[in-house]
Amino acid sequence: MSSFDLSEILGNPEYVSMLLLGIKMTFIVAIGSWVLAMTLALLLLGLRYAPGPVGNAFVTAYVSYHRNVPTLVQLLLWYFGIFTLMPDPVTFWLNDHNAEAIFAVIGLGLCQAAYFSEDLRSGMRAVSPGQMEAARALGHSYVSSMRFVMVPQGVRNALPALVNHSVSLFKNSSLAVAIGVAELTYAVKEIENLSFRTFESYLLVTVLYLVFSLMIMAAGAYVARRADPLRRARA
Amino acid sequence: MISDIIVIIRDYWLLLLIGQYPNGPLGGLAATLILSILAIAFAFPVSIALALARLSKSPFLNWPVTALVYFTRGVPLLMLILWGYFLVPLATGANVPSFLTMLVTLVVYQGAFLSEVVRGGIVALGHGQMEAARALGHSYLGAMRYVILPQALYNVIPSIISVFVSTIKDTTLGYVINVPDLTFAASQINNQLLTQPFQVFFILAAVYYVICWSLTRVAVATESRITRKRAGMVPLPTAKSLKLAALTDQPS
Repeated sequence: MSSFDLSEILGNPEYVSMLLLGIKMTFIVAIGSWVLAMTLALLLLGLRYAPGPVGNAFVTAYVSYHRNVPTLVQLLLWYFGIFTLMPDPVTFWLNDHNAEAIFAVIGLGLCQAAYFSEDLRSGMRAVSPGQMEAARALGHSYVSSMRFVMVPQGVRNALPALVNHSVSLFKNSSLAVAIGVAELTYAVKEIENLSFRTFESYLLVTVLYLVFSLMIMAAGAYVARRADPLRRARA
Repeated sequence: MISDIIVIIRDYWLLLLIGQYPNGPLGGLAATLILSILAIAFAFPVSIALALARLSKSPFLNWPVTALVYFTRGVPLLMLILWGYFLVPLATGANVPSFLTMLVTLVVYQGAFLSEVVRGGIVALGHGQMEAARALGHSYLGAMRYVILPQALYNVIPSIISVFVSTIKDTTLGYVINVPDLTFAASQINNQLLTQPFQVFFILAAVYYVICWSLTRVAVATESRITRKRAGMVPLPTAKSLKLAALTDQPS
């Protein structure tokens, strides 16, 4: 085996373009599923607070399934299982529109929605009930005390968990390789196969993942600092 | 659909349970469980050492472990498995079974996560315990060994069970390096049948669900028992406790 040489990969335009395509696909999957997950999480949180036992039971079942079945198995079930049960026109349309990536977004998004909604819920539960009572006593309606008093505090409490799970979501986008999405992990395996530079290609992609994850963590820490109500008081 | 599922279970239950065992490596559910138990058993002592190193004031102990924790939090497990697949045979110089590669990777990965759990438990105890133990004449390590760790580890038992559940879920990633676990057995069945992928993967999801759900219930029951034993009531979560929980909770 020849000695360590990153330029073997970075100097080859073919490999560089494969890497860039992989990064692009990783971001499409990660951002797509993040948006889907956050939207669903807010809906699930609303259902939790809805009157009647049905909404609560549904959310409990939803969260339980998505937290207790491995994400990879959920992806396999979506791509190999549910895909084949769909009617033919849908299958053809999906096959024309990168079905792997669509199912990766759906699978990861639905799974992460369970985590996000639980984060938001425990954030809300950490707000003392006295806050609600005080807001009502001051003349706020239920909706308005939720909007101006409860939710801002609840989301602030949930921020560390939300950031952490966003990092997990980004990392989990690598699972999409198992259903054939051409994202970053897929690109590294291709490059390794073509160049026989295992160490260099793994190192490069590991550093890329690490840098993106640390950027998400840093962005989260920045948002948490901005959202801290005592920030100005301390300064 | 349901009759298909019953037929698949009737025909392939042994493959799902132990893989091709007498004629090949142990696989299926047995391999998944053994892999998870061994991983957590080896990761536990590693995690205590890492937690103590991370709490230590010496930068030579503190920095590398902090770097390792951020590394495992920032890099997908799949990438670490590929590293293990490449490095473990290189380090041992032999043809290593993928089971062992997966075990080593899981010990490193879960060891780092578990060390944050243990550290959280130690930090949550507060300074008073350590100061009292030192005042009574214990050395630093003695205080850790006899006063801090017994309490901290007891308090984090529920989180340790959660990490165990994560480990079970993480073993599925062995699929990409052909570790003969439950997921691998299911995909073998799928390759033989070809026509019933939904039924096969539904069975797979159901098995994981039953195992992880039961363990999660155990964790919840233990948690409420510990809380009741310590305080006599269940307190509301505080922003600080949420922050610690966020560090150690990991979906996979």
